[in-house]
Amino acid sequence: MTEEQVHSRIRDAVGSNDVMLFMKGSPSFPQCGFSAAVVQILDYLGVEYGSANVLEDDDLRQGIKSYSDWPTIPQLYVKGEFVGGCDIIREMFQSGELQSHLTSKGIKTAAPTS
Amino acid sequence: MAMDPSEIKALIKETFPDADVEIRDLAGDGEHFAAQVVSKAFEGLSRVQQHQMVYKALKGKMGGELHALALQTSVPTD
Repeated sequence: MTEEQVHSRIRDAVGSNDVMLFMKGSPSFPQCGFSAAVVQILDYLGVEYGSANVLEDDDLRQGIKSYSDWPTIPQLYVKGEFVGGCDIIREMFQSGELQSHLTSKGIKTAAPTS
Repeated sequence: MAMDPSEIKALIKETFPDADVEIRDLAGDGEHFAAQVVSKAFEGLSRVQQHQMVYKALKGKMGGELHALALQTSVPTD
């Protein structure tokens, strides 16, 4: 698969899922601590999200890095826009910024407001 | 492949001469680091853009020999 084909698949995935997580493993069985941390945050917030396991797809594993110009996984997208990897998501969650970002994009969260 | 914290610091300093850079070796194995980078160069940029600049400074090592670098970037507050 060419890089362009992979990028077009990624565009489809982030276009059809308001919140989309590219990760190692699956939400029920993360295979990397950084991916697990982001899953935990999304689950805590009660957000519905799509996910893709890059360990099952080497084209995707490489393609997602060039798509966002970001060297690591996990990667979280909200409404098609790359929001960050584990460090940024954690920082945004702790400051409450992630919740307000999701809300501002019209995404429902079930989290208790602090 | 292990990396030396001073090597990481030097690469970051090369791109951000004004930066205050602090590197911690989290597990003592030369593979899991935390970096805090404070630089005026980040002013007005999103977190994603700030981190991208640091990753560029590391010249492709991130995601390669550097498996884990917990990154925190900020602009000097004074």
